[in-house]
Amino acid sequence: MNPLTLPPWNPYVVGALIGVLSWATFLALDKPLGTSTTMVHLSGLATQTVAPEHFKANAYYASELNAKKPMFDWQFFLVLALPLGAWIASRLGREPFTEKVPALWAWRFGPAAWKRNFAAFAGGAVLLYGARMAGGCTSGHGISGGLQLAVSSWVFFAAMFASGVATAFALFGKEGRSHV
Amino acid sequence: MFDTMLLVTAGVFTGLVFGFLLQKARVTRYGTILGQFLFKDYTVLKVMLTAIVVGGIGIYGMHQAGWVKLHVKSAQLVANALGGLIFGVGMALAGYCPGTGVAALGDGSRHALYAVLGMILGAGVYAETYSWIKPRVLDLADFGKATFPSLTGVSPWWFVTGLALLAGTLFVLIERSERRRAAIA
Repeated sequence: MNPLTLPPWNPYVVGALIGVLSWATFLALDKPLGTSTTMVHLSGLATQTVAPEHFKANAYYASELNAKKPMFDWQFFLVLALPLGAWIASRLGREPFTEKVPALWAWRFGPAAWKRNFAAFAGGAVLLYGARMAGGCTSGHGISGGLQLAVSSWVFFAAMFASGVATAFALFGKEGRSHV
Repeated sequence: MFDTMLLVTAGVFTGLVFGFLLQKARVTRYGTILGQFLFKDYTVLKVMLTAIVVGGIGIYGMHQAGWVKLHVKSAQLVANALGGLIFGVGMALAGYCPGTGVAALGDGSRHALYAVLGMILGAGVYAETYSWIKPRVLDLADFGKATFPSLTGVSPWWFVTGLALLAGTLFVLIERSERRRAAIA
């Protein structure tokens, strides 16, 4: 049996392979895995297009996008390729999956797609604001920082896990567990 | 404007592998993320802690050999903690984090597109508020690029070993409770 076409993989195997992937990026490229900085590049790109003067005057964009940190950098292309990698995996797994409204969400908030889309949009905005304040997200802090034993990353990891649990229970309660 | 061709190519390759792996563990899915926060499905912790332990052994081994440099983010403890708390709220609401949300676009989750658009907006809002936030949050309790070994003077191998034992114990407990739950069902 070809392991590439097995439906889900053992999570420990996937975790170990992500660990090995980070060895490769540190060793060959001198870079840790990360994703949320690219969102700053995308918002910067949008701001630069709509209001170039405003973009130039912004201190955060000046620190994140400059002669040393190009707009279309290593991580930008990493993020661009993520959906393709996931698509290849789902194709090889031969498990067609389309989801507009997840079962758990529909159980609690109904089947209306606009509600789910709005919550996804709001959640996305909130989480990225937090990621930028903290200096990274689940990949940059959680995995790359965690494996380097960084104090910042473990503080982030503990805080985000605690508030994720609290928020999930506030939204869905204990009964939600039987609808995941 | 662009990184070197080598870095661009390497970025595409890394993204392909990373996205592939995220989908194979199903962490690209809303149900997996919420299942973790509701303590129903432990896939997220299994993947992350294994990646951290395996990654840490390799990175500290190669660091000791002088092959790799560390890239530690600043311990701005108020910003790390507050940002983490905000991040958790958004992640539980969206059902994605930045990496899994983007990968989810290729896995068939339609609502992930809205999450990713929200993330770009969130980045823009942060950039607009950065000058206000910096002196009030980022600069508080700033310990620089601290790691637990650098802070305590203890060898990183103590921490890596401790972490491996802790993760291993947690995995045994999780597997045991999952077997018990499966037996009841």
